[in-house]
Amino acid sequence: MSGNMNLTLKIWRQNSGKEEGQLITYPVKDISPDMSFLEMFDVLNEQLVSKNENPIVFDHDCREGICGMCSMVINGRAHGPKSAITTCQLHMRSFKDGDTIVVEPWRAQAFPVIKDLTVDRTAFERIQSKGGFVSVNTGTAQDANCIPIPKDDADASFNAAACIGCGACVATCKNASAMLFVAAKVSQFALLPQGRIEAAARVKNMVAQMDAEGFGSCTNTGACEVECPKGISLENIARMNREYLAANCKD
Amino acid sequence: MSKIDSKIPEGSIEQKWTKYKASAALVNPSNKRNLEIIVVGSGLAGASAAASLAELGYKVKVFCYQDSARRAHSIAAQGGINAAKNYQNDGDSVYRLFYDTVKGGDYRAREGNVYRLAEVSNSIIDQCVAQGVPLAREYGGMLSNRSFGGTQVQRTFYASGQTGQQLLLGAYSALQRQIGLGTVDMFPRHEMLEVVKIDDKARGIIARDLITGKLERHFGHAVLLCTGGYGNVFYLSTNAMGCNVTAAWKAHKKGAFFANPCFTQIHPTCIPVSGDHQSKLTLMSESLRNDGRIWVPKKQGDTRKGNEIPEEERDYYLERRYQAFGNLVPRDVASRAAKERCDEGYGVGASKLAVFLDFKDAIGRFGKSQAKKLNIENPTDKQLKEFGKQVVEEKYGNLFSMYEQITDENPYEVPMRIYPAVHYTMGGLWVDYNLMTTVPGLYCLGEANFSDHGANRLGASALMQGLADGYFVIPYTIGAYLAKEIAVKPIPTTHEAFVAAENEAQAQITKFFAIKGSKSVDHFHKRLGKIMWEKCGMARNEKGLKEAIQEIRQLRDEFWKDLRVTGKADEMNPELEKASRVADFLELGELMCMDALNRSESCGGHFRLESQTEDGEALRKDDEFSYVAAWENKGNCTYEMHKEELVFDVVHPSSRSYK
Repeated sequence: MSGNMNLTLKIWRQNSGKEEGQLITYPVKDISPDMSFLEMFDVLNEQLVSKNENPIVFDHDCREGICGMCSMVINGRAHGPKSAITTCQLHMRSFKDGDTIVVEPWRAQAFPVIKDLTVDRTAFERIQSKGGFVSVNTGTAQDANCIPIPKDDADASFNAAACIGCGACVATCKNASAMLFVAAKVSQFALLPQGRIEAAARVKNMVAQMDAEGFGSCTNTGACEVECPKGISLENIARMNREYLAANCKD
Repeated sequence: MSKIDSKIPEGSIEQKWTKYKASAALVNPSNKRNLEIIVVGSGLAGASAAASLAELGYKVKVFCYQDSARRAHSIAAQGGINAAKNYQNDGDSVYRLFYDTVKGGDYRAREGNVYRLAEVSNSIIDQCVAQGVPLAREYGGMLSNRSFGGTQVQRTFYASGQTGQQLLLGAYSALQRQIGLGTVDMFPRHEMLEVVKIDDKARGIIARDLITGKLERHFGHAVLLCTGGYGNVFYLSTNAMGCNVTAAWKAHKKGAFFANPCFTQIHPTCIPVSGDHQSKLTLMSESLRNDGRIWVPKKQGDTRKGNEIPEEERDYYLERRYQAFGNLVPRDVASRAAKERCDEGYGVGASKLAVFLDFKDAIGRFGKSQAKKLNIENPTDKQLKEFGKQVVEEKYGNLFSMYEQITDENPYEVPMRIYPAVHYTMGGLWVDYNLMTTVPGLYCLGEANFSDHGANRLGASALMQGLADGYFVIPYTIGAYLAKEIAVKPIPTTHEAFVAAENEAQAQITKFFAIKGSKSVDHFHKRLGKIMWEKCGMARNEKGLKEAIQEIRQLRDEFWKDLRVTGKADEMNPELEKASRVADFLELGELMCMDALNRSESCGGHFRLESQTEDGEALRKDDEFSYVAAWENKGNCTYEMHKEELVFDVVHPSSRSYK
């Protein structure tokens, strides 16, 4: 169609978690700079189907940067070369004609590959179910304005809650640590009066599950913050460490 | 005698729900433990229903096609959620929210349902705040509100431009809590392919494990479909790539009537299509119309950049045509007005299918008030602009950066280009007041049902309805059904009905692979989308709809003869998933056109060119069409329509004017 970029893609293909994978080279032609990175994948997959080959399997859904489903390591960077966006928001104008682009899945022990570029992130679900909530049943709430919350606290809580659970923090961390993800959830609730009641149990239980899932430790390199598409701050990790220490001191 | 009974309780509108709750049958706690409920879909409706039902003690299974419940497409809702709190002291009330919603829906919704929706709206806000959902607040610590289209009060609660995300994460956290407690079994990466009926009641589903490809049988005393809308029948829409009608459509083929399928909402403020490669469209929240002004050049075919066109050469056509509501007219009105200007040759951008949404005045206005707040006397123009941009960034920052990401243009400097796009479907499975479909034990919640928005949904009402259904309606209404099911023991999935349903699902999969044709699923989906957009989109007429029906039939034939599905059935295979969804869209599309053809009036999102006033406004025909069209599937793509007459005891239909 209208595009004028020709590219060489080296894409990780792996039939299942039980089999070994490898990088396969695919040329793509006539790519428009206005295409999104995933639309470029659509073009490639369409070509593969026309040749009766299996298309590349990758996670994606909303394609507007909010569902957290898409997850590609592009030229060594989680979600690609630009900051503060997801893979689906990356556009081909960020590349040049003739470029070679290497695309791999999230790599972490706790995120095993399912197929090609798709990984299993259910470890995050299990962490969440250990304490990522306020224990309030439907119907028991009082009027929403009964507890005034300082705007700054509400804003800080919102900024932490903006995490989309994509796992880029894990994928980019040399230790495959999930601290930024867990800290964001711990912080969201720790900053609000509603969340204080269970704060100690929450941080202990979520951290214990995080360790059990096989995520690595945090060594404060800050790579997670750099690659996070939602700009979740490292401050959240500091806050979680404080919460964790305080919770354990109380015991 | 009609086959459908809406079961609206007797009594005055204010008393219906209260009386219902006081007299509905209850299930005692020890019996709840033995009752199993299947929830398909984990968005606002599904997650809130599953969590609330599990809290009550029912055994719940939840299915979603994504890898996590948190990724359901409710997450993408930007602007806000309505509630009749009247925190702004601006004259809001339950009655007014009810009235606005019935009027906004162009008098094609049920009064009883809508009143209940308005009634429970306040509890939703309370519930979400208690869960730790960080809604926007004022400096005094109280919740903040903004206004939305179709209303004159400020009743919309929000969390920046990510309200859907925050509300969904709230419902998701409640769901995860129940999963942790062992009361909910979660099945991510599963897609429902069949409903299982035993003795005419819904008793389970067949689902495909999207990782292994294995078909699974699951029993439930009741089944809840919370599977969202069918906007992807148009191929290009603001829906997520995976959004589909399959669960609702399979239920329809098993006896659930499909109501008002032609009522689709075309959202006025989306980023325009940039080329053939386009895979989806991105919405710019309606909340932007609070502060942005919509205009086109007064000169046809003007190619200048928006910021180069002087004030006197701009036509703020919404403000000109609709003085009372201006830029905040409802979505259907705003979309049609944009189309009208573009059709007349005033469109902007490369495709000429776009209008401007401009924040210049808002930036100026905010700049002044901010300077005052900061006690800066005689601020420079540069300072004013800077302050103004800061305020706009705080309100809409994520939307502005998303716009820039996609278009490569800075909306703080040049006006946004926007155009209408398919966004929401008001039609859906027919349900009664209990949210039960025409199949006993089969419920439908949220966008997937047809119930509350009539022919047009007001902004910030989708989140309200999804959560109302899940948190506050179904926990009461399902009890009325399950109270009679307490003696039913779980039916083994070796039952012949499960075997038959699984065989049906398997047969379709086998058929896909047997075609061995030459064209991909996307090829057919794009062609279907084009037919739907051109002939069953923003404006429809008899000729176009009749052509569309023929074209869709031909396309469906071609699909079943020339489709190519690569890979195998017993593996992760997105091509197979897409094929199964598009096969259903190819049937639904025809029914949508039939419904649009039948309804030869204009109402809400459904605009029949044959039915308009002299100045081009929609002309409703209450004498002929004041009914819900509920379609029964008679097999082989034939349908019979049943009418549910709409009765307006409280709000008397009038011509919907926003002038």
